[in-house]
Amino acid sequence: MDQPLRRRKYTEITGRTPLIAIHWELQISLFIACYNDMLFPGTGQAVVTVLERLGHTVEFRQSQTCCGQMHYNSGYQADALPLMEKFLDDFRDSGVVCIPSSSCVAMIREHYPVMAEKSGRPEMVREVQSLIPRVFEFSELLVDKLGVEDTGAFFPYLVTLHSSCHSLRSLHIGDKPERLLKKVRGLTYVPLEDRDQCCGFGGTFSVKNADVSAAMAADKIRCVLKTRAEVCAALDNSCLMQIGGALGRLNTGTRTMHIAEILAATEASVPTGAGAHV
Amino acid sequence: MSVRVGEAASAPTFAAAAKHLMGNDQLRRNVRNATEVIRNKRAAVVGEMSDWQQLRDTAHAIKDHTMRHLGEYLARFEENCTRAGGIVHWARDADEANAIAIEIIRSHNEKEVIKVKTMTTDEIGMNRALEAAGITPYETDLADLIVQLGDDKPSHIVVPALHRNKMEIRELFMRTMGLSELGTRPEDIAEAARLYLREKFLRVPVAISGANFAVAETGSVCVVESEGNGRMCVSLPRLLISVAGIEKIVPKFADLEVFLQLLARSATGERMNPYNSIWTGVTPGDGPREFHVILLDNGRTKVLADEVSRETLDCIRCGACLNACPVYRQTGGHAYGSIYAGPIGAILTPQLQSMEHSQTLPYASSLCGACYEVCPVKINIPEILIHLRNKIVENGDAPAGEQMGMKAAAWAMSDAANLSTARTLGRIAQMPFANNGVIHHLPGMMSGWTATRDMPSIPAESFRQWWAKRAREKRP
Repeated sequence: MDQPLRRRKYTEITGRTPLIAIHWELQISLFIACYNDMLFPGTGQAVVTVLERLGHTVEFRQSQTCCGQMHYNSGYQADALPLMEKFLDDFRDSGVVCIPSSSCVAMIREHYPVMAEKSGRPEMVREVQSLIPRVFEFSELLVDKLGVEDTGAFFPYLVTLHSSCHSLRSLHIGDKPERLLKKVRGLTYVPLEDRDQCCGFGGTFSVKNADVSAAMAADKIRCVLKTRAEVCAALDNSCLMQIGGALGRLNTGTRTMHIAEILAATEASVPTGAGAHV
Repeated sequence: MSVRVGEAASAPTFAAAAKHLMGNDQLRRNVRNATEVIRNKRAAVVGEMSDWQQLRDTAHAIKDHTMRHLGEYLARFEENCTRAGGIVHWARDADEANAIAIEIIRSHNEKEVIKVKTMTTDEIGMNRALEAAGITPYETDLADLIVQLGDDKPSHIVVPALHRNKMEIRELFMRTMGLSELGTRPEDIAEAARLYLREKFLRVPVAISGANFAVAETGSVCVVESEGNGRMCVSLPRLLISVAGIEKIVPKFADLEVFLQLLARSATGERMNPYNSIWTGVTPGDGPREFHVILLDNGRTKVLADEVSRETLDCIRCGACLNACPVYRQTGGHAYGSIYAGPIGAILTPQLQSMEHSQTLPYASSLCGACYEVCPVKINIPEILIHLRNKIVENGDAPAGEQMGMKAAAWAMSDAANLSTARTLGRIAQMPFANNGVIHHLPGMMSGWTATRDMPSIPAESFRQWWAKRAREKRP
């Protein structure tokens, strides 16, 4: 069942768009993640650009807010539960849900089942079971569900990739983001040393243990700067806020970008660096 | 009952201790170098095992089964150990365990003991208790000896003196052993320790050990080590006392096959520990003539009662999570204020003390998951950290500012309209601080972030506003 892949092959062979392409389109519901909505709207716009360019329809449900991860991880389970219920309500009848944040995806896959189980409400357990197979992190959606590695992007910079802990250890993302980056025209990919090391963000950890968090960020940006990359990309803007915050404070000239923003760039719209260092 | 975990109850907060220790660049270099060496060795020997994940699953299953039937297996251990000539004691807490040990030593009119490396006796502060009773303990594990001579504290479960380098140890030995000369090669320094310790092994007739495993089926006790000093202690003296946490029980002798493979590779990156000592009761003409086991609770049954976090007790003290932890590697072990440092310490120390002390430890983690990934018995440490944070919050012990912030966030996230209001308020609040899309300084709780990092400011248009605008424009 990989219809978009079939269509791509047809297009490659014939040089034409199939007449009945409409049947192969996917309706994709975007969960933007609360912090992306507020602080990184460009990431959401980029996700929409990429998915629409690949011929899919994107919907955005305005009622959505937050998956509850911050509350859950900080020990506020009682506050996280209504947020999970809200998420289930908001996406009950949706098709595929795309989330450009691997930590939110990890929250849903790892903790929603536990929370539902604990609630003692069988209908909630069933709803979570029905939700989980529909939820995809952005790069997972592209590579696994849509069978796409070449998104038609152009981005003439030296780029390295930070692998967030959730993408590595919860989503087992493997080399999916690298595969996407390597297909971007003009882009030179340079791997990051110690890729499995946490950047030190960790949500409230970054404030509660600010000194240790900053020391971890220092280790991470040491590796980033060693690559001489102009851009450090990741699947999670939370990590990038930490890494970019430190890179920016030191005026290193290396900026951070969510992978979607790189994949959205084309010859017509290569983002300039102005004001984009965090 | 007074449960005690070293001096953890009076330790400073993790953040304060970490800040202080991170100013010590020599310590940081020592910790960084040592953890990197062990981590690489571990990765190499784990990588050569095709059945590593199955071994982890098996170990987890054995531990899970054991914890569910712990009472039964402990009784079986007592029965079999007693039958083999051992004497089993039960201690509810640190004071009881120490009192039992002192009583045994006094009954033999002895004034000195040699000790095998054991975390458990550090947990109950046994050395202090022995000294107060007029009994001199000599640590014989090289690292524990370094810690003892330096009046220091262990900073790692497996490598207690990991925070010290060669030259620091050389200086310490010269000073405390009264040596006027000592070479700088590791073998010179080891030789000084060997001469110092050999005299103790041959003279002192009482030894105290911990236990890596206690086998219910046979009543055997197992201690693993790398130096052979432990072997000296469990074989030369007339009297041997082993202090074992009740969670050290394994049901069958054959279970050791699983754990000995996992432990050595995880702890030191060796394929097998050089010295695996297993003894059962007493054997006339061979080894100690009298053997006691003190089975220690000290808060463990309370941990066992919590279904989510009881797997904390599955720990086999390999220290792999410490070496893997990016937080531990920045601070070293002393920041945790407990003899149990690193991720496992962060969940074990507060639980043993019924969550009454060491409450900052469950927050000493970015939840990166590296600990869970390397844990040979698959303890889901990140999940337990979250569980313990939840306990702290439920008890109302979280900082008031945090509680208010979380309540506000919960309100904001409960509805998209609230979120929009919160965003507008945020836009207003950031006005004095935002500059070109960036915030360089924030007050209060957030100042920790902006001390070293910039923060993006909230832009004029949120994603959902952009989406709504686009939808309006698209409409014919």
